[in-house]
Amino acid sequence: MKKEQLLDLYYQMVLIRRVEERGAELYQAGKIGGFMHLYIGQEAVSTGLIAAREPRDRVITAYRDHGVALNCGISADEVMAELLGKATGMSKGKGGSMHMADVSKNMWGGHAIVGGHLPVAAGFAIGDQYAKNDNITICMFGDGATNIGYFHESLNLAKTWGLRVLWVCENNQYGMGTSVERASAVDEIRQKAEGYGMKNAAVDGMDVMKVYEAAKEAMDYIRKEGQPYLLEINTYRFRGHSMGDPERYRKAEEVKQWQENDPIGIFNKYLLDKKVATRKALDEIEARVEEETNKAVEFAESSPEPTMEDLYTDIYADA
Amino acid sequence: MAKITMREAISQALMEEMDRDPAVFIMGEEVGVWGGTYAVTKGFYDKYGPDRVKDTPIAENAILGGAIGAAMVGQRPIAELMTINFAFSAMDYIVNQAAKLRYMFGGQFMLPLVIRAVGGGGRQLGATHSQTPDAIFAHFPGLKVVSPGTPEDAKGLLKSAIRSNDPILFIEHATMYQVRGEVPEGEYTIPIGKSKVQREGKDLTIVTYCKGLELSMKAAEQLSKEGIEAEIVDLRTLRPLDMEPVLESFKKTNRAIVVEEGWKSYGVGSEIVSRIYEEAFDYVDAPIIRVAQKEVPLPYNRTLEQAALPQVADIVNAAKEVLK
Ligand SMILES: Cc1ncc(C[n+]2csc(CCOP(=O)(O)OP(=O)(O)O)c2C)c(N)n1
Ligand SMILES: [Mg+2]
Repeated sequence: MKKEQLLDLYYQMVLIRRVEERGAELYQAGKIGGFMHLYIGQEAVSTGLIAAREPRDRVITAYRDHGVALNCGISADEVMAELLGKATGMSKGKGGSMHMADVSKNMWGGHAIVGGHLPVAAGFAIGDQYAKNDNITICMFGDGATNIGYFHESLNLAKTWGLRVLWVCENNQYGMGTSVERASAVDEIRQKAEGYGMKNAAVDGMDVMKVYEAAKEAMDYIRKEGQPYLLEINTYRFRGHSMGDPERYRKAEEVKQWQENDPIGIFNKYLLDKKVATRKALDEIEARVEEETNKAVEFAESSPEPTMEDLYTDIYADA
Repeated sequence: MAKITMREAISQALMEEMDRDPAVFIMGEEVGVWGGTYAVTKGFYDKYGPDRVKDTPIAENAILGGAIGAAMVGQRPIAELMTINFAFSAMDYIVNQAAKLRYMFGGQFMLPLVIRAVGGGGRQLGATHSQTPDAIFAHFPGLKVVSPGTPEDAKGLLKSAIRSNDPILFIEHATMYQVRGEVPEGEYTIPIGKSKVQREGKDLTIVTYCKGLELSMKAAEQLSKEGIEAEIVDLRTLRPLDMEPVLESFKKTNRAIVVEEGWKSYGVGSEIVSRIYEEAFDYVDAPIIRVAQKEVPLPYNRTLEQAALPQVADIVNAAKEVLK
């Protein structure tokens, strides 16, 4: 990867972190409502993954979607505006934190029914197969989502029909308060792909370079072979499941231990060690992010609310 | 009488029945270690252990199908759906299995199952997580649907539901867990399938249930200040539907509105209004009005969401309209 690209990855990860930290403050201040699931700790996953895609490749994910939205090129302004339910959000304030999409950037949304978007991802690939192109659909979901039938139906179909889907399990060790061992018959999620004869791998999700390389390899295979692939990315969420999680199910020491492996810290060190960037250059990126985030908050706060007419738009395409 | 919250009432009902009958157990997502996402089963895991408070994988079909099977072989499971919106992920188990198996096999077995599910909008959770689809479930013979509006009813009805030998969907409202109300001291149950007059009045009848009761009580207070006395009939059970108190009230007031949180089309109000027209047509003095949710999926934005949900002011206006 070129130096500019590497620095851009760093920029994206820091941007996700800061946008979410500010989002959390606005949530506490009562300016954001509903459920808000933070991606803090998992930034390397979507950053590395989406860096490996071509713009024509589609991305779809679950409700923990702010990072994915930013990585796909949706602006911090729009992310913040959607969080605040403003008309200038990418979903016009109708979707909120869990439902960010910009299909012009091939970001097909955050989805809040666990596992519900997996068959839809298979459907994107059916559409692309039918159109005889070799686009890939990147479908992200949590470890908890691999226990629901949707996952199994989708994997089976993808392998049987030769669908170009990169199934990405973000294994952050818990589905809400239930650890993987307590909910899944196998500890390694990737083993589930074996039952469907699907190629698979697992990778350390705290290291953005490793994620990028694993994703590249998987996507090369998918494009060439016309077959799906399952990638398990091991990671950890530093915050609660959503805002207001009492976190009775895990110990503070466990969280602390993972935080020592902060994906941003790891990449920061990598860039310095490999002499890709000077500390000053990284500081400048952080300052740029700070400015962009401040601007996004201002943009969102000063944006208009949707109007009463908006309540009735977008329900049907035909009149 | 003690004053407790809806949350405490439901929690007490579950605990009392688990203490009374060892065949009763709970299964669902985050019911154990987490203590229930709405803290209804807080402390249960420590008290009863993992055999009786089962944290399941995220697998609604397995939760409901599993509970149905366990009920068929003699246990008395309480299956919890984290929210009623996830019932759609397991609709087959509610509609094709729970509601039909006993009938189809000529009554050879019982299906003593309670499905607890939280519904309702108003929390900015977006279109898929904010629904009040109660009427859909009340459509199916073979299933009973209960949805209380006070702590007293919640406790008494849930205890009856757990003791019942039939599949019962017990619908709670996400914004009502902090609602306080008096409940009788000691052991009591309330029969399923009985509507109740929650407020007496002579001028019009408001038929409602669950969240609609809370809103209607507030509306009735406002109306009272203007000299209008509304009688409120709380359905409490949607199937089997007890029309007696509704008809009795209507024959007195000759005017009615129906208040529900779900969508108006094909809703609870549609059923109630038809039944009044069918069974008390001679008493109708004015067209009956339905107050319900606007015909849109619920948006995230708070102002728009509130605009789509029925409000106290809508009830007050409808009451005045029906009295014109
Ligand atoms: C069908 C369905 N069941 C339950 C839920 C409630 N729920 C939301 S997130 C979640 C946990 C999901 O865990 P995981 O897939 O590991 O994703 P993570 O939150 O860890 O990113 C649950 C149970 C839901 N949204 N949809
Ligand atoms: Mg998880």
